[in-house]
Amino acid sequence: MAIELEGKSYETDEEGYLVNLSDWNDQLANEMAKADGAVLDENHWEVINFLRDYYEEYQIAPAVRVLTKAVGKKLGKDKGTSKYLYELFPYGPAKQACKYAGLPKPTGCV
Amino acid sequence: MAEFDTPTLKPYPEIPPIEIGVMAHSKPYVAKEDIQQKIGFPGELIDNWQQVAIDKMGELVNNSRALRVFLDSCVKCGACTDKCHYYLGTSDPNNMPVARQDLFRSVYRRYYTLAGKYFPRLVGARDMDQGVIDEWYSYFHQCSQCRRCSVYCPYGIDTAEISMAAREIMDTIGVGQKYCNEIIGKAQTIGNNLGLPEPALADTLEGLEEDIEEETGVTVRMPLDVKGADILLITPSADFFAEPHVDGLIGYAKVFHQAGMSWTLSSYASEAANFGMFIGSYENMQVLALRIREAALELGVKRIVFGECGHAWRVAYNFLNTLAGPFDFLDSRYPMPQHICEVTYDLLQRNALKMDPSANDDMVLTFHDSCNIARGSRMGDFEGGQFVIPREVIKASCNHFVDMPADTTQEATFCCGGGGGLLTDDLVELRVKGALPRMEALKQVVDHHGVTHLAAICAICKSQFSKILPYYGFEMDQVVSIHQLVSNAIQLGGEQ
Repeated sequence: MAIELEGKSYETDEEGYLVNLSDWNDQLANEMAKADGAVLDENHWEVINFLRDYYEEYQIAPAVRVLTKAVGKKLGKDKGTSKYLYELFPYGPAKQACKYAGLPKPTGCV
Repeated sequence: MAEFDTPTLKPYPEIPPIEIGVMAHSKPYVAKEDIQQKIGFPGELIDNWQQVAIDKMGELVNNSRALRVFLDSCVKCGACTDKCHYYLGTSDPNNMPVARQDLFRSVYRRYYTLAGKYFPRLVGARDMDQGVIDEWYSYFHQCSQCRRCSVYCPYGIDTAEISMAAREIMDTIGVGQKYCNEIIGKAQTIGNNLGLPEPALADTLEGLEEDIEEETGVTVRMPLDVKGADILLITPSADFFAEPHVDGLIGYAKVFHQAGMSWTLSSYASEAANFGMFIGSYENMQVLALRIREAALELGVKRIVFGECGHAWRVAYNFLNTLAGPFDFLDSRYPMPQHICEVTYDLLQRNALKMDPSANDDMVLTFHDSCNIARGSRMGDFEGGQFVIPREVIKASCNHFVDMPADTTQEATFCCGGGGGLLTDDLVELRVKGALPRMEALKQVVDHHGVTHLAAICAICKSQFSKILPYYGFEMDQVVSIHQLVSNAIQLGGEQ
């Protein structure tokens, strides 16, 4: 599978996650969201940017609690909840947000 | 992902009329070459696969008398036909345990029984061909190896063993399942199913310590790689990552803290789960088990305690000593291994923990027995301990507890729908439909007893319910960890 964007082709796995993490760019994220019928606004981007920063440091997506805490610090305590993250990413913040951020899908019993 | 309808919850469970082939399309993603090779299997379907598969089957039935007896002894009595949650939820007759077994048994007959060798048609024997493998790949990934059917089988035939054998044969010829095999590879190289490296684990634990202190004012540690600690805690990595799992982990830490026990986690063996069992691979199971042994030796601990994970407890309780023993370097005064619920239960029995069950008064609880704990192992030193001990821990932590109907609990418990290596998004239709019997039982206690939350004792069950509950009109956060309830109720500090 692949995403076609501006004449270039980006390889993805069966579930639409980028195969090469270095392929990622803003436009690709928007394109992936579009395929799911979603539009990314600044709230989504806050999360996506945090995920990318965290991944760069730790080579793994943050735990749900680490993410909610970080979002809470940045956007206010009422938004530092899984509920808020599920409103933004209805397929699950860990999985859907990772996909748009160009990170691998978290595996295991999650 | 194809659209599907969520089954409707009926006031009383019904056995559905059969609908042939309705789940034949359900197949998990196939593992790619690199994933397969990493854990010792061919990267793709090998050239002489028929012969290799037949030989492997022979090897398995020769090595396991149990498997041979399961294949030889079925009398088609039909007792199992309405016992599988996947049959009840999908209506596909291949999900009746006897039919699932026959997908394997028919090939076994052809090559390993006298009648099947000479008169295959008379005894329903069939050749190993592409159609067989396609059917196996679909329907042996519609079995969560929960063993409910074996409870009702008069001969005790265990479909889980047959399903594990089928998966092992498929792996041997290069046909593996992406979800399980990718995870096994990660756990063998990084130490856990998530692929959580040491720095990320350390950072996560540090964050949790801050959270506990902020919430309670008490410093509760989450030690990592502490040499000389008494207890090594082996817990599913989902406990570090997901909700409500993490609230359970906080509960374990509070119990150890309050009891004054010295404990540690290991970044090398940071996983309780052992997916090697799901694919029937002894070698892979052993690699993962040996990491636990090495960590225990390296850290010099005296005891090993397991967190809330269903199949991990089965592997630990039944197989750990064979896979990675002897554990004669541990303190023999304690059970090896020990379950966190046993630890908490013992402390409660000795009045060593002060509990305020009213802390959970906003909930009316019920409990979902996990298959691998209920039917695959035991807890404590008395019969049925695996049913009593978790319930006693819950009851000590809350004032309102109601059990679900008796034909859906304890030994008769239904699978959550996502066990046995099926907890993956590419099988979501199967997972939703397979959860039907549990959801019906839950609905009953919700409607009649005002139950608000379902407590679970397994990482897979917790993740499965978080995902599936909304399909049936419940909320995702209606599932809680047992030690999350303990965490809410336990009184920290003060006299011990």
